[in-house]
Amino acid sequence: MAKYLLLIYGDETGFAEPTPEQWDWMMKAHGEFAQGVAAQGGQILGGEALQPTATATSVRSDAAGGDQTVTDGPFVETKEALGGFYLIEAADLDQALAFAKQCPAPGGGVELRPIMDTSGATPPGA
Amino acid sequence: MNKVRQALAEAHRREWAFVLAATVRVAGNLDVAEECVQDAFVAALATWTERGVPGNPGAWLTTTARNRALDVRRREQSLRRKLPLLVGTDPAPDPADGEEAGMIPDDRLRLVFTCCHPALAREAQVALTLRLVCGLTTSEIARAFLVSEPTMAARITRAKHKIAAARIPYRVPPAHELPDRLDAVLTVVHLLYTTGHTAPQGQALVRADLVERALDLARMLHTVMPDEREVRGLLALLLLTDARRATRTDAGGRLLLLEEQDRSRWDQQAIVQGRELVRTALRPSRPGRFALQAAIAAVHAEAPSYAETDWREVLALYNVLLAVWPSPVVALNRAVAIAVVEGPAPGLAALDAIADDPRLAAYPYLAATRADLLRRLGRTQDAAHAYQAALSLTANTAERDFLAQRLAEVTDPSGS
Repeated sequence: MAKYLLLIYGDETGFAEPTPEQWDWMMKAHGEFAQGVAAQGGQILGGEALQPTATATSVRSDAAGGDQTVTDGPFVETKEALGGFYLIEAADLDQALAFAKQCPAPGGGVELRPIMDTSGATPPGA
Repeated sequence: MNKVRQALAEAHRREWAFVLAATVRVAGNLDVAEECVQDAFVAALATWTERGVPGNPGAWLTTTARNRALDVRRREQSLRRKLPLLVGTDPAPDPADGEEAGMIPDDRLRLVFTCCHPALAREAQVALTLRLVCGLTTSEIARAFLVSEPTMAARITRAKHKIAAARIPYRVPPAHELPDRLDAVLTVVHLLYTTGHTAPQGQALVRADLVERALDLARMLHTVMPDEREVRGLLALLLLTDARRATRTDAGGRLLLLEEQDRSRWDQQAIVQGRELVRTALRPSRPGRFALQAAIAAVHAEAPSYAETDWREVLALYNVLLAVWPSPVVALNRAVAIAVVEGPAPGLAALDAIADDPRLAAYPYLAATRADLLRRLGRTQDAAHAYQAALSLTANTAERDFLAQRLAEVTDPSGS
Protein backbone atom coordinates (compact mmCIF):
# COMPACT_ATOMS: atom_id res chain seq x y z
CA MET A 1 0.00 0.00 0.00
CA ALA A 2 1.07 3.58 -0.64
CA LYS A 3 -0.04 6.88 0.81
CA TYR A 4 -1.29 9.82 -1.24
CA LEU A 5 -2.53 13.27 -0.40
CA LEU A 6 -5.67 14.03 -2.34
CA LEU A 7 -6.02 17.79 -2.74
CA ILE A 8 -9.46 19.09 -3.68
CA TYR A 9 -9.46 22.25 -5.78
CA GLY A 10 -12.42 24.27 -6.93
CA ASP A 11 -13.98 27.66 -7.42
CA GLU A 12 -14.71 28.59 -3.83
CA THR A 13 -17.09 31.47 -4.59
CA GLY A 14 -19.88 28.95 -5.15
CA PHE A 15 -19.38 27.45 -1.73
CA ALA A 16 -18.53 30.56 0.31
CA GLU A 17 -22.00 30.65 1.78
CA PRO A 18 -23.59 27.30 1.00
CA THR A 19 -27.34 26.91 1.12
CA PRO A 20 -28.67 24.17 3.45
CA GLU A 21 -29.31 22.07 0.32
CA GLN A 22 -25.73 22.50 -0.87
CA TRP A 23 -24.44 21.67 2.58
CA ASP A 24 -26.52 18.49 2.78
CA TRP A 25 -25.42 17.47 -0.68
CA MET A 26 -21.74 17.96 0.19
CA MET A 27 -21.98 16.04 3.47
CA LYS A 28 -23.76 13.19 1.74
CA ALA A 29 -21.32 13.11 -1.21
CA HIS A 30 -18.29 13.00 1.07
CA GLY A 31 -19.89 10.36 3.29
CA GLU A 32 -20.49 8.17 0.25
CA PHE A 33 -16.94 8.77 -0.94
CA ALA A 34 -15.50 7.65 2.41
CA GLN A 35 -17.65 4.51 2.43
CA GLY A 36 -16.67 3.75 -1.18
CA VAL A 37 -12.93 3.98 -0.48
CA ALA A 38 -13.22 1.56 2.45
CA ALA A 39 -15.42 -0.82 0.44
CA GLN A 40 -12.80 -0.93 -2.34
CA GLY A 41 -9.93 -1.87 -0.04
CA GLY A 42 -8.48 1.60 0.43
CA GLN A 43 -8.27 3.61 3.61
CA ILE A 44 -8.83 7.23 4.55
CA LEU A 45 -6.17 8.18 7.09
CA GLY A 46 -7.38 11.74 7.52
CA GLY A 47 -9.03 14.66 5.81
CA GLU A 48 -10.55 18.06 6.40
CA ALA A 49 -12.50 20.80 4.67
CA LEU A 50 -10.76 24.17 4.69
CA GLN A 51 -12.15 27.64 5.36
CA PRO A 52 -12.10 29.86 2.25
CA THR A 53 -8.83 31.46 1.11
CA ALA A 54 -10.12 34.84 2.32
CA THR A 55 -9.27 33.57 5.79
CA ALA A 56 -5.75 32.44 4.84
CA THR A 57 -2.56 34.05 6.09
CA SER A 58 0.82 33.32 4.54
CA VAL A 59 4.27 33.49 6.08
CA ARG A 60 6.99 33.88 3.50
CA SER A 61 10.72 33.44 4.14
CA ASP A 62 13.46 35.00 2.07
CA ALA A 63 15.99 32.78 0.32
CA ALA A 64 18.41 32.83 3.24
CA GLY A 65 15.62 31.87 5.64
CA GLY A 66 16.11 35.10 7.54
CA ASP A 67 13.38 37.67 7.08
CA GLN A 68 9.84 36.43 7.38
CA THR A 69 6.90 38.43 6.15
CA VAL A 70 3.29 37.81 7.06
CA THR A 71 0.71 38.58 4.38
CA ASP A 72 -3.04 38.30 4.09
CA GLY A 73 -4.19 35.63 1.62
CA PRO A 74 -3.11 32.23 0.29
CA PHE A 75 0.46 31.40 -0.73
CA VAL A 76 -0.46 31.27 -4.40
CA GLU A 77 -3.49 33.14 -5.71
CA THR A 78 -5.39 30.91 -8.14
CA LYS A 79 -8.85 30.79 -9.63
CA GLU A 80 -9.29 27.27 -8.31
CA ALA A 81 -8.48 27.29 -4.61
CA LEU A 82 -7.56 24.44 -2.32
CA GLY A 83 -10.77 23.64 -0.48
CA GLY A 84 -10.01 20.42 1.36
CA PHE A 85 -7.89 17.30 1.46
CA TYR A 86 -7.80 13.62 2.26
CA LEU A 87 -4.82 11.51 3.25
CA ILE A 88 -5.53 8.12 1.71
CA GLU A 89 -3.89 4.74 1.40
CA ALA A 90 -4.18 2.82 -1.88
CA ALA A 91 -2.56 -0.21 -3.50
CA ASP A 92 -0.97 1.83 -6.30
CA LEU A 93 -1.51 4.90 -8.45
CA ASP A 94 -4.25 3.23 -10.47
CA GLN A 95 -6.34 2.63 -7.35
CA ALA A 96 -5.54 6.11 -6.02
CA LEU A 97 -6.69 7.57 -9.37
CA ALA A 98 -9.92 5.59 -9.11
CA PHE A 99 -10.52 7.14 -5.66
CA ALA A 100 -9.62 10.60 -6.98
CA LYS A 101 -12.27 10.21 -9.68
CA GLN A 102 -14.87 9.32 -7.03
CA CYS A 103 -13.97 12.27 -4.80
CA PRO A 104 -16.61 15.05 -4.89
CA ALA A 105 -15.06 18.12 -6.54
CA PRO A 106 -17.87 19.81 -8.47
CA GLY A 107 -16.60 22.32 -11.00
CA GLY A 108 -13.03 21.72 -9.93
CA GLY A 109 -10.65 18.82 -9.66
CA VAL A 110 -8.33 16.79 -7.54
CA GLU A 111 -4.54 16.66 -7.39
CA LEU A 112 -2.86 13.47 -6.19
CA ARG A 113 0.54 13.67 -4.52
CA PRO A 114 2.44 10.59 -3.39
CA ILE A 115 3.63 10.90 0.21
CA MET A 116 7.39 10.78 0.65
CA ASP A 117 8.72 8.03 2.88
CA THR A 118 10.93 9.82 5.41
CA SER A 119 11.49 6.83 7.69
CA GLY A 120 14.81 5.73 6.11
CA ALA A 121 18.30 6.89 6.92
CA THR A 122 18.88 7.86 3.29
CA PRO A 123 16.71 9.89 0.93
CA PRO A 124 13.95 7.80 -0.68
CA GLY A 125 15.06 6.29 -3.98
CA ALA A 126 18.71 7.14 -3.35
CA MET B 1 33.38 -12.17 -34.69
CA ASN B 2 31.32 -10.42 -37.31
CA LYS B 3 28.70 -13.12 -36.99
CA VAL B 4 28.51 -12.58 -33.23
CA ARG B 5 28.09 -8.82 -33.61
CA GLN B 6 25.41 -9.39 -36.20
CA ALA B 7 23.57 -11.84 -33.91
CA LEU B 8 23.84 -9.31 -31.06
CA ALA B 9 22.48 -6.46 -33.17
CA GLU B 10 19.64 -8.71 -34.29
CA ALA B 11 18.89 -9.75 -30.69
CA HIS B 12 19.00 -6.11 -29.58
CA ARG B 13 16.38 -5.13 -32.12
CA ARG B 14 14.13 -8.18 -31.75
CA GLU B 15 14.55 -9.26 -28.13
CA TRP B 16 15.30 -6.10 -26.13
CA ALA B 17 11.73 -5.57 -24.94
CA PHE B 18 11.27 -9.22 -23.99
CA VAL B 19 14.57 -9.40 -22.09
CA LEU B 20 14.05 -6.11 -20.25
CA ALA B 21 10.39 -6.82 -19.43
CA ALA B 22 11.27 -10.20 -17.93
CA THR B 23 14.14 -8.66 -15.96
CA VAL B 24 12.06 -5.80 -14.52
CA ARG B 25 9.88 -8.38 -12.78
CA VAL B 26 12.95 -9.75 -10.95
CA ALA B 27 14.80 -6.45 -10.42
CA GLY B 28 11.67 -4.60 -9.30
CA ASN B 29 13.24 -1.39 -10.55
CA LEU B 30 13.57 -0.02 -14.07
CA ASP B 31 17.07 1.39 -13.72
CA VAL B 32 18.50 -1.76 -12.19
CA ALA B 33 16.78 -3.88 -14.84
CA GLU B 34 18.20 -1.73 -17.65
CA GLU B 35 21.73 -2.01 -16.25
CA CYS B 36 21.41 -5.78 -15.93
CA VAL B 37 20.21 -6.13 -19.52
CA GLN B 38 23.04 -3.93 -20.78
CA ASP B 39 25.49 -6.08 -18.79
CA ALA B 40 23.98 -9.19 -20.35
CA PHE B 41 24.60 -7.82 -23.85
CA VAL B 42 28.22 -7.02 -22.92
CA ALA B 43 28.67 -10.51 -21.47
CA ALA B 44 27.11 -12.02 -24.60
CA LEU B 45 29.78 -10.50 -26.83
CA ALA B 46 32.56 -12.25 -24.91
CA THR B 47 30.76 -15.55 -24.29
CA TRP B 48 29.28 -15.93 -27.75
CA THR B 49 32.64 -15.12 -29.37
CA GLU B 50 34.23 -17.88 -27.31
CA ARG B 51 31.51 -20.55 -27.43
CA GLY B 52 29.39 -19.58 -30.42
CA VAL B 53 25.96 -17.95 -30.67
CA PRO B 54 23.42 -19.91 -28.61
CA GLY B 55 20.40 -21.50 -30.30
CA ASN B 56 18.03 -19.07 -28.56
CA PRO B 57 19.88 -15.77 -28.05
CA GLY B 58 16.86 -14.11 -26.43
CA ALA B 59 16.55 -16.82 -23.77
CA TRP B 60 20.30 -16.68 -23.08
CA LEU B 61 20.19 -12.90 -22.63
CA THR B 62 17.06 -13.09 -20.45
CA THR B 63 18.51 -15.74 -18.14
CA THR B 64 21.80 -13.83 -17.83
CA ALA B 65 20.08 -10.49 -17.15
CA ARG B 66 17.67 -12.01 -14.61
CA ASN B 67 20.50 -13.75 -12.76
CA ARG B 68 22.33 -10.43 -12.54
CA ALA B 69 19.17 -8.77 -11.24
CA LEU B 70 18.87 -11.46 -8.56
CA ASP B 71 22.48 -10.79 -7.52
CA VAL B 72 21.74 -7.07 -7.21
CA ARG B 73 18.65 -7.76 -5.11
CA ARG B 74 20.61 -10.05 -2.76
CA ARG B 75 23.39 -7.49 -2.45
CA GLU B 76 20.88 -4.72 -1.69
CA GLN B 77 19.27 -6.92 0.94
CA SER B 78 22.61 -7.70 2.60
CA LEU B 79 23.40 -3.96 2.60
CA ARG B 80 19.95 -3.47 4.15
CA ARG B 81 19.23 -0.88 1.52
CA LYS B 82 15.75 -0.64 0.23
CA LEU B 83 15.26 0.05 -3.45
CA PRO B 84 11.95 1.65 -4.35
CA LEU B 85 10.22 -1.33 -5.92
CA LEU B 86 7.68 -1.21 -8.69
CA VAL B 87 4.19 -2.34 -7.85
CA GLY B 88 3.32 -5.61 -9.54
CA THR B 89 6.82 -7.05 -9.68
CA ASP B 90 7.78 -10.19 -7.78
CA PRO B 91 8.49 -8.98 -4.23
CA ALA B 92 10.90 -11.79 -3.39
CA PRO B 93 11.78 -13.91 -6.40
CA ASP B 94 12.84 -17.40 -5.46
CA PRO B 95 16.11 -18.23 -7.20
CA ALA B 96 15.39 -21.94 -6.75
CA ASP B 97 12.35 -21.35 -8.90
CA GLY B 98 14.72 -21.11 -11.92
CA GLU B 99 12.25 -20.84 -14.75
CA GLU B 100 13.16 -22.86 -17.82
CA ALA B 101 14.03 -20.82 -20.88
CA GLY B 102 10.62 -21.46 -22.42
CA MET B 103 8.82 -20.67 -19.18
CA ILE B 104 9.94 -17.06 -18.87
CA PRO B 105 6.75 -15.01 -18.90
CA ASP B 106 6.24 -12.57 -21.76
CA ASP B 107 6.01 -9.28 -19.85
CA ARG B 108 6.34 -6.98 -22.87
CA LEU B 109 2.78 -5.75 -22.48
CA ARG B 110 3.35 -4.80 -18.85
CA LEU B 111 6.36 -2.80 -19.97
CA VAL B 112 4.44 -1.07 -22.78
CA PHE B 113 1.47 -0.16 -20.58
CA THR B 114 3.76 1.18 -17.86
CA CYS B 115 5.65 3.38 -20.35
CA CYS B 116 2.34 4.71 -21.76
CA HIS B 117 0.57 5.23 -18.42
CA PRO B 118 -1.79 8.24 -18.57
CA ALA B 119 -0.15 9.75 -15.47
CA LEU B 120 2.92 10.42 -17.67
CA ALA B 121 3.01 13.29 -20.16
CA ARG B 122 2.79 12.25 -23.81
CA GLU B 123 6.39 13.27 -24.56
CA ALA B 124 7.56 11.22 -21.58
CA GLN B 125 5.51 8.23 -22.78
CA VAL B 126 7.15 8.48 -26.19
CA ALA B 127 10.66 8.81 -24.77
CA LEU B 128 10.19 5.93 -22.31
CA THR B 129 8.75 3.67 -25.00
CA LEU B 130 11.75 4.28 -27.26
CA ARG B 131 14.16 3.81 -24.41
CA LEU B 132 12.65 0.84 -22.57
CA VAL B 133 10.66 -1.01 -25.24
CA CYS B 134 12.88 -0.32 -28.26
CA GLY B 135 16.19 -0.14 -26.38
CA LEU B 136 17.32 3.12 -27.98
CA THR B 137 20.00 5.13 -26.21
CA THR B 138 19.20 8.54 -24.76
CA SER B 139 21.31 10.25 -27.44
CA GLU B 140 19.46 8.41 -30.21
CA ILE B 141 16.11 9.51 -28.78
CA ALA B 142 17.35 13.07 -28.31
CA ARG B 143 18.43 13.17 -31.96
CA ALA B 144 15.09 11.76 -33.14
CA PHE B 145 13.19 14.55 -31.38
CA LEU B 146 15.76 17.28 -32.01
CA VAL B 147 16.38 18.11 -28.37
CA SER B 148 19.69 18.13 -26.55
CA GLU B 149 20.88 14.97 -24.85
CA PRO B 150 20.75 16.47 -21.32
CA THR B 151 17.15 17.58 -21.95
CA MET B 152 16.14 14.09 -23.05
CA ALA B 153 18.08 12.47 -20.19
CA ALA B 154 16.25 14.71 -17.69
CA ARG B 155 12.90 13.88 -19.28
CA ILE B 156 13.53 10.13 -19.01
CA THR B 157 14.88 10.37 -15.45
CA ARG B 158 11.87 12.41 -14.35
CA ALA B 159 9.45 9.91 -15.87
CA LYS B 160 11.19 6.93 -14.25
CA HIS B 161 11.22 8.73 -10.92
CA LYS B 162 7.51 9.39 -11.16
CA ILE B 163 6.83 5.72 -11.94
CA ALA B 164 8.64 4.70 -8.75
CA ALA B 165 7.52 7.55 -6.44
CA ALA B 166 3.85 7.67 -7.47
CA ARG B 167 3.75 3.87 -7.70
CA ILE B 168 2.61 3.46 -11.26
CA PRO B 169 1.95 -0.29 -11.40
CA TYR B 170 3.86 -2.66 -13.69
CA ARG B 171 0.90 -4.50 -15.10
CA VAL B 172 -1.55 -4.87 -17.94
CA PRO B 173 -4.68 -2.88 -17.05
CA PRO B 174 -7.90 -4.74 -16.22
CA ALA B 175 -10.47 -5.32 -18.97
CA HIS B 176 -12.66 -2.31 -18.11
CA GLU B 177 -9.72 0.08 -18.44
CA LEU B 178 -8.13 -1.63 -21.44
CA PRO B 179 -9.79 0.30 -24.31
CA ASP B 180 -8.64 3.70 -22.98
CA ARG B 181 -5.22 2.50 -21.94
CA LEU B 182 -4.66 0.68 -25.24
CA ASP B 183 -5.64 3.82 -27.12
CA ALA B 184 -2.82 5.68 -25.34
CA VAL B 185 -0.33 2.98 -26.37
CA LEU B 186 -1.51 3.05 -29.99
CA THR B 187 -1.38 6.85 -29.99
CA VAL B 188 2.28 6.76 -28.91
CA VAL B 189 3.19 4.27 -31.65
CA HIS B 190 1.26 6.29 -34.23
CA LEU B 191 2.96 9.49 -33.07
CA LEU B 192 6.37 7.84 -33.52
CA TYR B 193 5.36 6.83 -37.02
CA THR B 194 4.04 10.25 -38.03
CA THR B 195 7.08 12.01 -36.54
CA GLY B 196 9.25 9.79 -38.75
CA HIS B 197 6.88 9.89 -41.73
CA THR B 198 7.11 13.66 -42.09
CA ALA B 199 9.99 14.85 -40.02
CA PRO B 200 8.95 18.20 -38.48
CA GLN B 201 12.31 19.75 -39.34
CA GLY B 202 15.34 19.06 -41.43
CA GLN B 203 16.30 18.03 -44.91
CA ALA B 204 14.79 14.59 -45.40
CA LEU B 205 11.03 14.12 -45.56
CA VAL B 206 11.11 10.73 -43.88
CA ARG B 207 13.16 9.66 -40.88
CA ALA B 208 13.49 5.95 -41.56
CA ASP B 209 14.70 4.92 -38.09
CA LEU B 210 11.54 6.18 -36.35
CA VAL B 211 9.29 4.71 -39.02
CA GLU B 212 10.96 1.30 -38.67
CA ARG B 213 10.70 1.41 -34.86
CA ALA B 214 7.01 2.28 -35.04
CA LEU B 215 6.42 -0.64 -37.42
CA ASP B 216 8.36 -2.97 -35.12
CA LEU B 217 6.23 -1.82 -32.16
CA ALA B 218 2.96 -2.26 -34.06
CA ARG B 219 4.01 -5.77 -35.16
CA MET B 220 4.99 -6.63 -31.59
CA LEU B 221 1.66 -5.41 -30.22
CA HIS B 222 -0.15 -7.46 -32.86
CA THR B 223 1.83 -10.54 -31.83
CA VAL B 224 0.98 -10.19 -28.13
CA MET B 225 -2.61 -8.95 -28.66
CA PRO B 226 -3.76 -10.74 -31.82
CA ASP B 227 -7.45 -10.27 -30.99
CA GLU B 228 -7.42 -6.50 -30.48
CA ARG B 229 -9.00 -4.98 -33.57
CA GLU B 230 -7.53 -1.52 -33.08
CA VAL B 231 -4.02 -3.02 -32.86
CA ARG B 232 -4.73 -4.69 -36.20
CA GLY B 233 -6.08 -1.37 -37.48
CA LEU B 234 -2.92 0.50 -36.45
CA LEU B 235 -0.58 -2.09 -38.00
CA ALA B 236 -2.65 -2.01 -41.20
CA LEU B 237 -2.57 1.80 -41.26
CA LEU B 238 1.21 1.88 -40.85
CA LEU B 239 1.79 -0.84 -43.48
CA LEU B 240 -0.52 0.78 -46.04
CA THR B 241 0.92 4.25 -45.49
CA ASP B 242 4.48 3.00 -45.47
CA ALA B 243 3.94 1.06 -48.72
CA ARG B 244 4.12 4.47 -50.45
CA ARG B 245 7.31 5.60 -48.70
CA ALA B 246 9.69 5.20 -51.68
CA THR B 247 7.44 7.27 -53.95
CA ARG B 248 6.72 10.24 -51.68
CA THR B 249 9.67 12.26 -52.97
CA ASP B 250 11.44 12.33 -56.33
CA ALA B 251 15.15 11.62 -56.87
CA GLY B 252 15.94 15.20 -55.82
CA GLY B 253 13.99 14.93 -52.56
CA ARG B 254 11.07 17.02 -53.85
CA LEU B 255 7.71 16.21 -52.28
CA LEU B 256 5.36 14.28 -54.59
CA LEU B 257 1.62 14.46 -54.03
CA LEU B 258 -0.51 11.32 -54.05
CA GLU B 259 -1.58 12.11 -57.62
CA GLU B 260 2.04 12.34 -58.81
CA GLN B 261 3.33 9.17 -57.18
CA ASP B 262 4.44 6.17 -59.25
CA ARG B 263 1.99 3.54 -58.02
CA SER B 264 3.89 0.69 -59.66
CA ARG B 265 6.61 1.25 -57.05
CA TRP B 266 4.30 0.92 -54.05
CA ASP B 267 5.22 -2.02 -51.81
CA GLN B 268 2.65 -4.62 -52.89
CA GLN B 269 3.58 -7.07 -50.15
CA ALA B 270 2.83 -4.45 -47.46
CA ILE B 271 -0.42 -3.53 -49.22
CA VAL B 272 -1.63 -7.15 -49.34
CA GLN B 273 -0.78 -7.61 -45.66
CA GLY B 274 -2.39 -4.29 -44.70
CA ARG B 275 -5.59 -5.01 -46.64
CA GLU B 276 -5.99 -8.40 -44.97
CA LEU B 277 -5.59 -6.77 -41.54
CA VAL B 278 -8.10 -4.01 -42.39
CA ARG B 279 -10.69 -6.59 -43.43
CA THR B 280 -10.66 -8.20 -39.98
CA ALA B 281 -10.20 -4.92 -38.08
CA LEU B 282 -13.42 -3.44 -39.49
CA ARG B 283 -15.64 -6.34 -38.47
CA PRO B 284 -17.97 -7.26 -36.96
CA SER B 285 -19.20 -3.74 -36.13
CA ARG B 286 -18.26 -0.31 -34.79
CA PRO B 287 -14.70 -0.10 -36.07
CA GLY B 288 -12.25 2.13 -34.18
CA ARG B 289 -10.37 5.14 -35.44
CA PHE B 290 -7.23 3.29 -36.50
CA ALA B 291 -9.19 0.63 -38.43
CA LEU B 292 -11.12 3.39 -40.24
CA GLN B 293 -7.98 5.33 -41.13
CA ALA B 294 -6.46 2.08 -42.40
CA ALA B 295 -9.58 1.44 -44.49
CA ILE B 296 -9.13 4.87 -46.11
CA ALA B 297 -5.46 4.12 -46.78
CA ALA B 298 -6.57 0.79 -48.30
CA VAL B 299 -8.93 2.52 -50.75
CA HIS B 300 -6.00 4.64 -51.98
CA ALA B 301 -3.67 1.63 -52.11
CA GLU B 302 -6.14 -0.35 -54.22
CA ALA B 303 -6.82 2.43 -56.75
CA PRO B 304 -5.02 2.07 -60.08
CA SER B 305 -4.68 5.87 -60.29
CA TYR B 306 -5.58 9.05 -58.42
CA ALA B 307 -8.51 9.74 -60.75
CA GLU B 308 -9.82 6.19 -60.49
CA THR B 309 -9.82 6.26 -56.67
CA ASP B 310 -13.21 5.53 -55.12
CA TRP B 311 -13.48 8.99 -53.57
CA ARG B 312 -17.11 8.44 -52.58
CA GLU B 313 -15.97 5.51 -50.46
CA VAL B 314 -13.17 7.67 -49.01
CA LEU B 315 -15.68 10.40 -48.12
CA ALA B 316 -18.10 7.85 -46.60
CA LEU B 317 -15.28 6.46 -44.44
CA TYR B 318 -14.29 9.97 -43.32
CA ASN B 319 -17.90 10.61 -42.30
CA VAL B 320 -17.84 7.51 -40.07
CA LEU B 321 -14.37 8.38 -38.77
CA LEU B 322 -15.41 11.91 -37.84
CA ALA B 323 -18.31 10.49 -35.80
CA VAL B 324 -15.99 8.05 -33.97
CA TRP B 325 -13.15 10.53 -33.56
CA PRO B 326 -14.19 14.19 -33.88
CA SER B 327 -10.71 15.54 -34.52
CA PRO B 328 -10.12 18.75 -36.51
CA VAL B 329 -7.44 16.96 -38.56
CA VAL B 330 -10.03 14.36 -39.61
CA ALA B 331 -12.44 17.17 -40.51
CA LEU B 332 -9.68 18.72 -42.64
CA ASN B 333 -9.07 15.47 -44.53
CA ARG B 334 -12.81 15.06 -44.99
CA ALA B 335 -12.92 18.53 -46.58
CA VAL B 336 -10.27 17.36 -49.07
CA ALA B 337 -12.46 14.37 -49.99
CA ILE B 338 -15.48 16.66 -50.37
CA ALA B 339 -13.45 18.88 -52.73
CA VAL B 340 -12.73 15.87 -54.96
CA VAL B 341 -16.26 14.45 -54.92
CA GLU B 342 -18.27 17.68 -55.01
CA GLY B 343 -15.79 20.28 -56.25
CA PRO B 344 -13.43 22.89 -54.72
CA ALA B 345 -16.21 25.28 -53.59
CA PRO B 346 -18.00 22.78 -51.28
CA GLY B 347 -14.55 21.63 -50.14
CA LEU B 348 -13.62 25.20 -49.22
CA ALA B 349 -16.92 25.62 -47.37
CA ALA B 350 -16.18 22.49 -45.31
CA LEU B 351 -12.71 23.87 -44.61
CA ASP B 352 -14.04 27.27 -43.55
CA ALA B 353 -16.26 25.53 -41.00
CA ILE B 354 -13.17 24.36 -39.09
CA ALA B 355 -10.79 27.23 -39.92
CA ASP B 356 -11.16 28.88 -36.52
CA ASP B 357 -10.45 25.73 -34.50
CA PRO B 358 -7.54 26.74 -32.24
CA ARG B 359 -6.18 23.20 -32.43
CA LEU B 360 -5.42 23.81 -36.12
CA ALA B 361 -3.81 27.23 -35.61
CA ALA B 362 -0.26 25.88 -36.05
CA TYR B 363 -1.15 23.08 -38.45
CA PRO B 364 0.45 23.84 -41.85
CA TYR B 365 -1.86 21.51 -43.82
CA LEU B 366 -4.92 23.68 -43.12
CA ALA B 367 -3.36 26.68 -44.85
CA ALA B 368 -1.81 24.47 -47.57
CA THR B 369 -5.15 22.80 -48.37
CA ARG B 370 -6.95 26.13 -48.35
CA ALA B 371 -4.33 27.57 -50.68
CA ASP B 372 -4.78 24.67 -53.10
CA LEU B 373 -8.57 25.02 -53.21
CA LEU B 374 -8.37 28.82 -53.65
CA ARG B 375 -5.87 28.31 -56.49
CA ARG B 376 -8.26 25.90 -58.20
CA LEU B 377 -11.11 28.40 -57.81
CA GLY B 378 -8.96 31.06 -59.53
CA ARG B 379 -8.70 33.22 -56.39
CA THR B 380 -4.94 33.64 -56.86
CA GLN B 381 -4.42 36.51 -54.43
CA ASP B 382 -6.16 34.67 -51.58
CA ALA B 383 -4.24 31.53 -52.57
CA ALA B 384 -0.92 33.39 -52.35
CA HIS B 385 -1.74 34.58 -48.81
CA ALA B 386 -2.62 31.03 -47.80
CA TYR B 387 0.61 29.60 -49.28
CA GLN B 388 2.57 32.21 -47.33
CA ALA B 389 0.73 31.23 -44.15
CA ALA B 390 1.51 27.55 -44.78
CA LEU B 391 5.17 28.36 -45.44
CA SER B 392 5.45 30.15 -42.11
CA LEU B 393 4.23 27.02 -40.30
CA THR B 394 6.51 24.26 -41.61
CA ALA B 395 10.26 23.81 -41.17
CA ASN B 396 10.55 20.68 -43.32
CA THR B 397 12.71 21.52 -46.34
CA ALA B 398 10.90 19.22 -48.80
CA GLU B 399 7.53 20.67 -47.82
CA ARG B 400 8.83 24.25 -47.92
CA ASP B 401 10.21 23.78 -51.44
CA PHE B 402 6.85 22.46 -52.62
CA LEU B 403 4.91 25.35 -51.09
CA ALA B 404 7.36 27.96 -52.37
CA GLN B 405 6.99 26.58 -55.89
CA ARG B 406 3.20 26.76 -55.71
CA LEU B 407 3.41 30.29 -54.32
CA ALA B 408 5.60 31.31 -57.26
CA GLU B 409 3.05 29.82 -59.66
CA VAL B 410 0.13 31.83 -58.30
CA THR B 411 2.02 35.10 -57.91
CA ASP B 412 3.64 34.87 -61.37
CA PRO B 413 0.94 33.65 -63.79
CA SER B 414 3.38 33.64 -66.72
CA GLY B 415 5.30 30.84 -65.04
CA SER B 416 2.26 28.62 -64.57
